[in-house]
Amino acid sequence: MSAILEVERVSKAFGGLVANKEVTLRVPEGAICGLIGPNGSGKTTLFNSIVGQHPIDAGSIRFQGREISRLHVAQIARLGLLRTFQQTRIYGGMTCMQNMVISVPTSELGWRSMFRKSPPSDLRKAEDLLHFVGLHAKRHLRARDLSFGQQKLLEFAMALMSGPRMLLLDEPTAGINPTLINGLLDQLRQVNAQLGITLLVIEHNMRVIMNLAQYIYCLAHGELLAEGKPEQVQKDPRVLDAYLGAR
Amino acid sequence: MIASSALRRRLLLACGIVLALLFPALAPAYRSQMALLWVMIVFALTWDLLGGQMGYNSFGNVLFFGVGMYACVLVQRDAGLGYYTGLFVGTAVGALAAVALAGLLGSGILGLRGHSFAIGTLGLGIAAGELAGGWDFVGAGGGMVPPLFPGALGGRETFFYYLCFALAAATFASLRWLYAGRFGLVLNAIRDDEDKAEAMGLRTTRYKTTAWCVCAFFLGLSGGAVGNLLGFIDPREVAFAGPTFGVWMVLMAILGGKGTLWGPVLGAVVFHVTKELFWTYLLGWQRVALGLLIVVIVVFFPLGILGWARERWPERFGHRIEDGAAESGR
Repeated sequence: MSAILEVERVSKAFGGLVANKEVTLRVPEGAICGLIGPNGSGKTTLFNSIVGQHPIDAGSIRFQGREISRLHVAQIARLGLLRTFQQTRIYGGMTCMQNMVISVPTSELGWRSMFRKSPPSDLRKAEDLLHFVGLHAKRHLRARDLSFGQQKLLEFAMALMSGPRMLLLDEPTAGINPTLINGLLDQLRQVNAQLGITLLVIEHNMRVIMNLAQYIYCLAHGELLAEGKPEQVQKDPRVLDAYLGAR
Repeated sequence: MIASSALRRRLLLACGIVLALLFPALAPAYRSQMALLWVMIVFALTWDLLGGQMGYNSFGNVLFFGVGMYACVLVQRDAGLGYYTGLFVGTAVGALAAVALAGLLGSGILGLRGHSFAIGTLGLGIAAGELAGGWDFVGAGGGMVPPLFPGALGGRETFFYYLCFALAAATFASLRWLYAGRFGLVLNAIRDDEDKAEAMGLRTTRYKTTAWCVCAFFLGLSGGAVGNLLGFIDPREVAFAGPTFGVWMVLMAILGGKGTLWGPVLGAVVFHVTKELFWTYLLGWQRVALGLLIVVIVVFFPLGILGWARERWPERFGHRIEDGAAESGR
């Protein structure tokens, strides 16, 4: 399989603090990859670098073969590479439906679309996706009135609404009721299998990530510590050390 | 139920329009005050476009009002057109000048966020007043006087009453249309979380600048009308009147309810009427009373009248949960 995302020797420092040091990873088209590591190991910084939140110091990032490390956030999003946030971000004052219809892909929208209403096809798609994540009954509520877990589901649905090629999910199960986690895992697998969306997932819940991902990268102190299939990574002594602080 | 309430709303609006049209005949003594009320509604509506819908608190919108006013009167003075032609061409030129300025400043100023934006725009308004006050071509500190109205005595007030009414109606209708489409949704998205909007691929700068241009357009138009209605232009007291018009814009929108369509209209009416009453019955203390009113607004109505109502009765504003039975078509 060809790689949809190639991160090559990417470094990023904030002043003296080195957040990412020569990180290299490769996500094949259609795969589900995991990114793990202890707190402060540079996972979210890497996400921010990939989606263009901040410029990187060195290295290269290619999406579908195209160099994107110099592009802005919105430009990268329009290419179909989208991220969700650890601190869930939705448009609180707007209803769920409005949150959804505003998230349609913007790449083909021209000047005139600014002043039009959303077409019925958008509304239908929004309703379908809200149904998919189980928020259909609450579609007319303002997003800020939803619980944290529900906001997370809404953010996920919004990302799907924009028809992405690839999603970077920052701790999708954090703050979600444990009984709902299995449902969310099913949804992630469905999205991957049926819509062909490639996923790169940051996750602290080991049970979740070992179940979900086909290949896992582990960061520690900003550097790539280990990589491999879940079973391999799980047994890797370096990974255990990083998490448990042995030695 | 829904159909009847929509009908009721339409009837109410129709009654309001008829009343507004008949007003000069019903209460001719108050034509000028009412003309100013329409302008206040334009102020509140245009301020709310950025401050309420988009979450960018601007304290310098009066800049566009003043630019529109000066440009209009300059055309009237120097272009050698007849009164009405001069007025209309001047108003149009004023509006275009304001839009051009908003477009030019927009990409830079709108890059600021939160408090920086508020302070930056405050600076713009003050700087414009100082510039106009020192520029001889526009009369410097002495200001300018628009040409005299050629019609019959008393015709002036009626003419400007209808002009300002048309302006307020056009502003309201345009914003209503804008808010109903994608434009309004994107502005709300920017207000709620601009970084998220960018992360979703929205062209936020384009929307922000366009919003400011729309705002400048209507303020520019109203500048020309007000300059002629009042009959003189003073750079700091009338055109770039930050401490009065500039602050009132903000207050009226907040009083009525930021981020709602009718809120600014309601706020402008309540504020203007109260202010006129203070000036009539509390002369000498009117500014103190106004100051107290401002404090009361900010402390007791932080969300404004409509904002308060929306928190109190969210279902009436369409924010309701639908249970399974309702979904399956009960």
